[in-house]
Amino acid sequence: MTTLIALIVAAVTFGTVLMYGTLGEILTEKSGNLNLGVEGIMYMGGAFGLAGAFYYEKAAGELASGPAAISIAILSAFAAGMAASLIYSFLTITLRANQNVTGLALSIFGTGIGQFVGEFMRVSEGGYVALSNNLKESFSATVFPDFMIKIPFIGRILFSHTIFFYIAIVLAVLMYLFLTRTRYGMYLTAVGESPSTSDAAGINITKYKYLATVIGGGISAIGGMVYIMTTAGCVWNHEGLSGVGWLAVALVIFCMWRPLNAIWGSVLFGAMMIMYLRVSVPFIPTELYKILPYIVTVIVLIFTSMRNSRDKQPPASLGENYFREER
Amino acid sequence: MSAETRTPLIRLVKRTEMAKGKVFGIRVASIVIALILGCIPMLLTGTDPISAYGVIIQGSLSRPIYIKQTVKIAIPLLGCALAIAPCFKMRFWNIGAEGQITMGAVAATYFALFWAESVPHVVLLAIMFITAAAAGGLWALIPAFFKARWNTNETLFTLMMNYIAIGIVAWLQGGPWEGRKGSQLIPMFQDSARLPTVLGVHCGWIIVLALVFIMYIYMNRTKQGYEIAVIGDSVNTARYAGMNVGWIIMRTMFISGAISGIVGFMIVSGANFTLYSGVADGVGFTSITVAWLSQLNSFAMIAVSMILAVIEKGANTLQTRLSVPASIADIITGILLFCMLSSEFFINYSLVFRRREKKEAEA
Repeated sequence: MTTLIALIVAAVTFGTVLMYGTLGEILTEKSGNLNLGVEGIMYMGGAFGLAGAFYYEKAAGELASGPAAISIAILSAFAAGMAASLIYSFLTITLRANQNVTGLALSIFGTGIGQFVGEFMRVSEGGYVALSNNLKESFSATVFPDFMIKIPFIGRILFSHTIFFYIAIVLAVLMYLFLTRTRYGMYLTAVGESPSTSDAAGINITKYKYLATVIGGGISAIGGMVYIMTTAGCVWNHEGLSGVGWLAVALVIFCMWRPLNAIWGSVLFGAMMIMYLRVSVPFIPTELYKILPYIVTVIVLIFTSMRNSRDKQPPASLGENYFREER
Repeated sequence: MSAETRTPLIRLVKRTEMAKGKVFGIRVASIVIALILGCIPMLLTGTDPISAYGVIIQGSLSRPIYIKQTVKIAIPLLGCALAIAPCFKMRFWNIGAEGQITMGAVAATYFALFWAESVPHVVLLAIMFITAAAAGGLWALIPAFFKARWNTNETLFTLMMNYIAIGIVAWLQGGPWEGRKGSQLIPMFQDSARLPTVLGVHCGWIIVLALVFIMYIYMNRTKQGYEIAVIGDSVNTARYAGMNVGWIIMRTMFISGAISGIVGFMIVSGANFTLYSGVADGVGFTSITVAWLSQLNSFAMIAVSMILAVIEKGANTLQTRLSVPASIADIITGILLFCMLSSEFFINYSLVFRRREKKEAEA
């Protein structure tokens, strides 16, 4: 029983990272932009989030407070992600460059920047960049009081997580409400499904694509920061972060482009990714657990294309740029 | 409201044809701008950009040994770009080269590990070459089949296949093919499973250069190349013309995957002499940008892949000499890609300003 609870808690920790990456990419893809730069965006978010918190503590010294450090980390990661996806948006929306190629270029660029910033901080600070233990704890502490965590079974499963998990859930619900219950959300969906129809209806395609992609990039970047500040223990760790962005892209498919699915989907993917550390099933080598998320995604992809049901498809214009002049 | 006020300030017009010299000028200008932008991260970290670029050039091209190492980096990039070109020409977005390289490498490694004792050198290399091509091709055929049959999204499918392939190698590394127990490493290849060197670089460069010519002829002078081009322009046209689109997609993907598989064989047998999960090391992704920036032209790919190899090799020297993190290579490569992607816009479209247009109308 304790193993199971520990597994769930660990799955949520890693799932939180994925949830940000996925929610951001869902918003982006809803506008018809397939941003394959998530990997780079999350690297940048991780490096700049760490840098923000680290230099804040350096400046504030003893006065540094946990909540302030957390907000600064979130904001700097968000800003880095926005900057990265602004490059992508400018190239694909305004300059009409191929989305796949631009996304991959952003991945190369972003991982480079993230690595560079992480390395540079290490070298310029003389070896080791880490927050003080107090601040570290505030990043991994939960927001709920002790007695709630002590409730048998559900206490640890529901209330023992970091603040980032709860923010992510709020974000997922907000995004769901935005996409299905507001006019702007519907417009955004329409842009992703059929830009030419939306354009004829008088929706400003460029504005929607830009906003969705840039904000989506910012959200994805927070995921990188959360990884560095919780799982990696506030130290730059590029090896752990590599592949997380691609996993988020996979998860978007698994979630069928629906924000609410991202909540349980990311915890499930998180469980699959860390299961090899905690559970061993005879006859299945532990290394093979790690490819489970990708296999599951492939199966989902195949089944949705075979069944061809209308509400479970990628946004129809996904990956294609819109040229009004080419109609 | 008069029609005049409705004209936007800047309007885009698609260009029909641009003089070749001008196109070349724009491309060169975009590279120059990229190199200037690349100074920013160097300046921020207090490195003199001019000496940094000097070190990059020196570290990659100043001595024969450096040139050899640079060429070694360029070989897989070029080979894989050649593999991707037909898919992209067909507007089939194959971003699974990473996995196809890995599976090719797996097949080659199998024979290198278990057949090296019993088969003579040349025969062994031939077997490795053929099986690597077959493995890469079959791995690519899976997403192609689903695309042809059920129109499954190939971008996402091929992307997932990469990580499945990498995961399989991670398993082999720690499990059945592990050398010393607990080392998590596959043993080094014996000499008979290694590619011979020609002029100091493994003979993969000859294979790749041959492929440049073969693919150029295939794409421009054969019926199959023509079919690929037609599908790329319009799937419906291809159908009306009686082409079996699904079959062509699968055939092209097999060829593409096979070439990537051969690249995987060259990496394990010519450069690393062993297999590990990072065997493709991002080559499959970077080569996509190589192929695209070369306009899918085989000969242009030689230049682009060499440029990227120079940056990568040079950045390693930069790290040892000026202690600039080697990841500067990725940053400069990224900036270079962004600038070259942007330059395509100015080649394909011209900006028409409102004022100028009026004058033209009056004249």
